[in-house]
Formats: sequence, C-alpha cells, structure tokens
Amino acid sequence: MTTRTFAATSVLTLLTLRRDRLRLAIWFAALVALPLVTVASFESLYPTQASLEDYARTAGASPAAIALGGPGHGLHTLGGVVVFEIGGFAAIGIALCNVFLVGRNTRAEEELGRVELLRSAVVGRHAPVTATLLVAAAFDVAVGGSIAVALGAQGLPWTGSTTFGAALAAIGIVFAAITAFAAQVADHARGAQALAGGVFGAAYLARAAGDIGDGTLSWFSPVGWAQATRPFGEQRWWPLLLVGALAAACAVGALILESHRDLGEGMLAHRRGPARAATGLTTPTGLAWRLQRSGITGWAVGVLTAGAAMGAAAEQTGGLLADNPDLLAALGGSAAEDLTDVFFRMTALLLALAISGYLVAAVLRARTEEQAGRVEPLLAGAMSRRRWTAAQLTVPGAASVALLAIGSAGAGAGYAVAAGDIAQLPRILGAGMVYLPAVWVFGGLTTALFGAAPRSAPVAWGALAAAATASLLGPAFRLPGWVVDISPFEHAPELPGGEVTLLAPVVMLLLALTLAAAGTAGFAGRDLATS
Amino acid sequence: MQGTSGATAVEVAGLIKEFGRFRALDGLDLAVEPGEVHGFLGPNGAGKSTTIRVLLGLLRADGGRIRLFGGDPWHDAVALHRRLAYVPGDVALWPNLTGGEAVDVLAAVRGGLDGRRRSALLERFELDPTKKTRTYSKGNRQKVALVAALASDAELLILDEPTSGLDPLMEAVFQECVAEITAEGRTVLLSSHLLAEVEALCDRVSIIRAGRTVQTGTLDDLRHLTHTTVDARTRAPATAIGDLPGVHNVTTGMPGGVTSTTGTDATATTTHESPGTDAGHHVRFDVDGDHLDAAMRTLAGFGITALTSSPPSLEELFLRHYGNHDDSNHDDGNHDDSAHGTRTGEPADRGPAVDTPAADAPTIGTAPESTYR
Repeated sequence: MTTRTFAATSVLTLLTLRRDRLRLAIWFAALVALPLVTVASFESLYPTQASLEDYARTAGASPAAIALGGPGHGLHTLGGVVVFEIGGFAAIGIALCNVFLVGRNTRAEEELGRVELLRSAVVGRHAPVTATLLVAAAFDVAVGGSIAVALGAQGLPWTGSTTFGAALAAIGIVFAAITAFAAQVADHARGAQALAGGVFGAAYLARAAGDIGDGTLSWFSPVGWAQATRPFGEQRWWPLLLVGALAAACAVGALILESHRDLGEGMLAHRRGPARAATGLTTPTGLAWRLQRSGITGWAVGVLTAGAAMGAAAEQTGGLLADNPDLLAALGGSAAEDLTDVFFRMTALLLALAISGYLVAAVLRARTEEQAGRVEPLLAGAMSRRRWTAAQLTVPGAASVALLAIGSAGAGAGYAVAAGDIAQLPRILGAGMVYLPAVWVFGGLTTALFGAAPRSAPVAWGALAAAATASLLGPAFRLPGWVVDISPFEHAPELPGGEVTLLAPVVMLLLALTLAAAGTAGFAGRDLATS
Repeated sequence: MQGTSGATAVEVAGLIKEFGRFRALDGLDLAVEPGEVHGFLGPNGAGKSTTIRVLLGLLRADGGRIRLFGGDPWHDAVALHRRLAYVPGDVALWPNLTGGEAVDVLAAVRGGLDGRRRSALLERFELDPTKKTRTYSKGNRQKVALVAALASDAELLILDEPTSGLDPLMEAVFQECVAEITAEGRTVLLSSHLLAEVEALCDRVSIIRAGRTVQTGTLDDLRHLTHTTVDARTRAPATAIGDLPGVHNVTTGMPGGVTSTTGTDATATTTHESPGTDAGHHVRFDVDGDHLDAAMRTLAGFGITALTSSPPSLEELFLRHYGNHDDSNHDDGNHDDSAHGTRTGEPADRGPAVDTPAADAPTIGTAPESTYR
C-alpha cells in the first residue's frame, strides 16, 4: 500500500460530502435532537433527587429496560437516566446511519459502475473506501461532539456528556469500519449492508443478553465496550481503546481485502439459481413476494424476538410500574388498572409503530421499482397498472397482518414462558391485531402519495414520525389531547383491559382503503417515471 | 400471424408531449405498416424513446392522434400489449432473480412464450440463465429482454435501441432473428443508431429531430430525394456546371489529375482514371436527384472521359438531418442558399432541403457551421 493507492482521496471525500450532504444533515439533526429534547422533558419528569432514586430502583432494575438501553450507571443523576433511556436508541441510530452511509458509498457505487469510472482516472484503489470512512468518521465525531455540547449546555456534567458523546461516536466509527470490511466480503451491495447490519444486530443482542446476565457476553460486543465507558457513572475511557482497535483492524482489513479482489466481485462467490421461473413467480403478486420475502422474513424474526423479549419482561414490569407512578403515567396508565395490561398495551403500540414503518418502506418500494425502470417492461406487457399496484399492496398488506400477529403472539408466548400463564396469549394477540387499521392508514397514505405526488412520497415517513411522537411521548411530554389524537394509533381500542369499539377501527379501515384506491387510481392516470 | 387485418400497426399524427415547459414531442408523425421493419432514427434527445413510451401507454400524450393496431394505447394498453413485445434500450432487471427467471417473468406478463424458441435463443445469444441478473453486463441484460421478446409470438416488436451493448457477433444473431421474424410476416419498429443495422433490416425509415418527423420513406426514396456525387474527367473544363440549378459544391481540378479539392467526404468513391496520358479536366460536384438529368446533359457537352457517380450513403443522409444540433428546434424555413458551396467537401451542409413531410420542419442547408467533423 503506497500513497498511490490513496490518490485522489481528498477529492472523493469532498464528493461524498457533497452527494450525501442532505442525508447526513437529516441524520445529524435526528441524532442530536433526541438527547436535546430528552434532557428537558426528563428534568420535569424527575425533578427531585427522590424521584431519581425511585427511577433507579424501578425502571433502572427492569430487565426489559436494561436489555434495550444497557446497564444503568449513575442512575441517581439526571445524566445517567438520560443515557439509560436514550443510549440504546442513539446507538442503534448512529450505527445504522454508518452502515447505510458506508454501504451506499462503497459497494453500491461499485455496482452502479461509478467507482469504475472514477478509478479509471488518477484515483487510487483505496481512495473510495478511505474517503467514505473519513466522511463517516468526521460525521460521527461531529454528532458525538454536538451531543456532548447539547447535554453539557443544559447543565449536565461535562465529563459525563463528553464520555457519552465519545461512546456514540466510537460506535458509529466502528460500524463504519465493519461495513467497509463487509463491503469487501459480500457478493453484492445489499448483501454487504445486510451483513454489517447483522453484525450490529448480533452485537446488540450479545450485550443485551450480557447486561441482563452476568455481563460476560457484553465484552464480546463493540456496543458493550462503548457502554462500558459508563457516562455519568464511574467514568472510564479505556474501553474506547478496544473500540478503536477493532475499528482500525476492520478498516485495515478492508483495505487489504480490497487489494486482493476484483472490482465488482466480493470474497464470497456469486450464487447461481434456477434457469426457469417457478409458476408462482410469473404472477405480479408472486413476483412482489419474491422480491420482498427476504425483507419480510427479517422483519418477522425481528418482531418475534422483540415481542418475546417484551412479553417475558412484562411480569416484572407490572410490579415496577406499581412502584413508579411517574412511569405509569408516562405510559398512559393509571394505578386502578391491571399493570401488566398497561405494559402489554405499550408492547402492542410499539409493535404497531414498527410494523407501520415496515409498511411505509414496503409501499415506497413501488416508487423505487418505478424509478429503477423495472416497472416499464411489466407495464409494456399485458399487465394493467391497477393490477401491478394491487400486487405491490397485497404483499405488504398481508405481511403487515402476519407481522402484527407474529409480534403479539411472540409477546404472549414470552409472557407464557416467564409467568407460566398461557391464558394471556389470546388477549395480547388481540391487543396487537386491533392496531391493524391504524397501521394500514399509513400504507394507504403512502400509496396515495405514490400515486398522486410521487416525488413527495417520503412525506409518509414524516406523518408516521409525527404519529409516533404523539403516541409515545404525548403523555410524557404532557402534550394537549387534540395533538395526541392526531395519531391514528390513539383511536385503536385499548386492549387488553379497555373496551372494544367498532366505529373508530371501521372508519380507519375505510380511510386506509380509500387512500389506497386513490393512490392506485393516481398511478393509473399519470406518466410513468422515465430515466 | 398478421392479425392486424390490414390496419396500420402504428399510426401517429401530430403527437405532442410536454414535460413541464419542455416540449419533447412537437407534432411528430409516424406510420408503421403491417409486416414491415420500420427504422426509427434521430439524434439523442430527439424524442424516440418518448414516442415509444407514449405508444406503450406509459406516458400520456398531450395532443395528436395515436393509434396502435387501431386502438388507443393509453386506454386499451393491456389488450394491445398482448399483441406486442418491447425491448427497452436500457434494460433494468430484478437483481436477485436469475436471467432465466427474468426472461420468464417478462414473457409471462405478455402471455407466455414458446419454450423451444426460448432455449434456442438462449443458446444463440450465449446467455447463461442461471446467473443472477445483478452479475450481468449491460449486453447480457439486453439479451434477457431480447430473448423474452423474440421468443414470444407478438405481432409487433417495438425495439428501442435493442442492441446497445451487444458485441458484433451478437448483433449478427440479432439481425438473423429479426429477419426470421419478418419472414413470418410480423412487424418491427426499430429505433437504432446503427446505420448498418438499419440498412440491413429496415424497409422504411422515419427520421425525427427535436420532436418532429423530418423525413420518412424507403431508403431508396430517401436516396433519390437527396443528391448524388458526381466525379468526372472532361476534355474541356466543365466550370459552367456550377451555374446549373441543383448543383452544389463544385470543385475543379488542374490538368493532370491533381485536384484542388480539399474535400474530406469519406463517402466519395475514388475516381477511376481512364487509361491514357491525357487525363483531361477533373470536376466534382453534388447534384440534387431531380436535376441529375440536366446536369448530365450539360456535362456530356464537355466531353466525358471518365465518370463515377456515388449515391449518398446512409451516414450522409443522417448527417444531413442530424447535422444541426441547435435544439431550439425553431430554425425552420430560413434557407440561406448563399451558404452552399462555401465549405466544400462538407457532407452535412450540402444542398437545399429535400422534400419534407412538414413544410416547416428543420432542414439542412440552414447551418453551414454544422457540428459535423
């Protein structure tokens, strides 16, 4: 590796920054906003030292919360609570951001042929990967630094704030390097992102299991190392050396592998497949299923695992809520209720939100397919636009039903194992399924945007984010009722425990179907996007 | 296979398509008769693919009359598409499907294909159907769409630069396949930049520019409508030839055969000198098809000792029509005849306009400073 193999790295760094400036700005805003708003809201939620002690004793000891956010350190301080509450989300956010950023700018660019064009010029072999890693590292340091400033400026101790920011930046950097490595190994771009994402999932699960158990497994996870810095607790910096060493090893390994592979090829060989299409593949729905099934399978595994974990944690959490009226209020429950029911409602809501995210992404795929030019040859055949759109909606629509069922059944099964009470399973299943109309509203909205205003179709994400904020944080932030009621999720029957009403679900179902029909008609009446 | 009952396969008149304020198609005309291979030609951005997408009901026309098998391509899309097969110029495929699966999917949405023809075509195009399409080169992706279309029994094949990315061997296979299809009486609309391909396959061609048809007809028609290059030796200097109507770009040579022409006209054939030492006076000029007779009579008066005449090549035809890349598209009419002959040897700007279907269509002769060369 001479300097020649890095030629033009600086130019490519600027190019990457220029190309990704909007994406990076949005990620930056989202990642920094999360701790920023949390500090303010928690200051009012836990105003006294006594309330913080309560929190440490209850939520801080909950296995579910520990599995999600990591072991609590310094929970008797506001900073410790903030890190415990949002550290997990922030880690997931910055890790995924880096996986996408690096995957997109390395193998995906290679697949599109743009790396070939660049490398034919005076551009070193390692320049594209190095430039991408430099951008990722700069972004991570900027996010970590801004979070540290955001926390410190709001009165939290500067040491803890800095440690937390550094830990998050370290997580970002190490997963950028891991993705760069995966990009050399996998046989195609999406495979590389899936591989890196899988490594992150495994690392997160390993530390979750370790944190609940005796902590050994956490030391096999870079996420666990970063959390071992214990911001606002017994601060220590040395675990970041481990993260840095792994990042450096992955980055160097990526460059070494890159010297030993051909452009466009991975270390793993391309797999072959059937020479003829199965009969199921030649129908529009069959094709849509084939293209989406691996994603749906991943989601199924995810909601099953998450549901089971939350179900298993529910028994302890019931008691936890009884001891912590603030938390109970934040979850929208009252002491008069069965507290396990309150927790199940929360579980069902979280599942419904996640599955709505799946549905929005799945329907937006129609737009991706259109823009990629893969719809044109189908519509040039004897397939009507309505039939094609119907297939694009049938698969995610059915998958969303299945995912809701799988996730809530998983929660029921998890509870059944932990509490020895199988009788709760159908109640939890019901609690999940009643969210279906609300979930479909977002599928309908996305379809309507795709048909009528395709350029603004990603606005559906904004609507879902707004609804999620209203439903999840409305009670905690004490938002006015009419604001919270904007969220379709607020209009699902409150199960288990509440009453089943038919009006709201039927209205939402009709709304969803109307929106979907409008989108289908809109697509049938507009020009196809052409390259 | 000719279920078109004599109706025109494609009939487009005055087609207009706008994207925002940009007028991509500006009164385009196109007619494809059943059983013919119709070449559809024009420079990049002229509107070929847009026209095809309107014909396929993928884009909605903003004006004009469009008929596909006598039906409306927007409203009757599905029924009409059962009768045609389409190959786009840039084939996008589902990366996680194999090539074989993609062929079947593309064929299935049209109503199936002939299994034996499918395997024969895969073999002829040397396509490995078990590889994932993400590993395919552009040429291989193109082959997938070609196999799916050629293995179908569609009456009409709409091919939009179908051989881009194919190597010359595969190009030859493609031409064989189209010839077979034509022999079965099927119809082909072929958009192409490969003039050899057009010359080998097409019965008629339409040339479009800036969203309008500037020329349509058989290749012979087009040749006849344009000029012929004449290269001759005469006993007496034939300078007066330049005064005749329809004669352009006259260059005369010195005795002894050393010509003063600086022409770079690659299409001019070499002059075969007559045996003997007295080679006479050399003259070379272009003459419009309908003035050829008068020109030859006049030339005969100077005593011809050697003569070659070359019809315009296809390249020359296209350069005449593509030549002026002023995309403003409204340079109609202002023929600057004084420009003729000022730049000898430039094929792109010789001669006045040939007959064009639209009187105000952009024509040659308007821009001596052609972008050709």
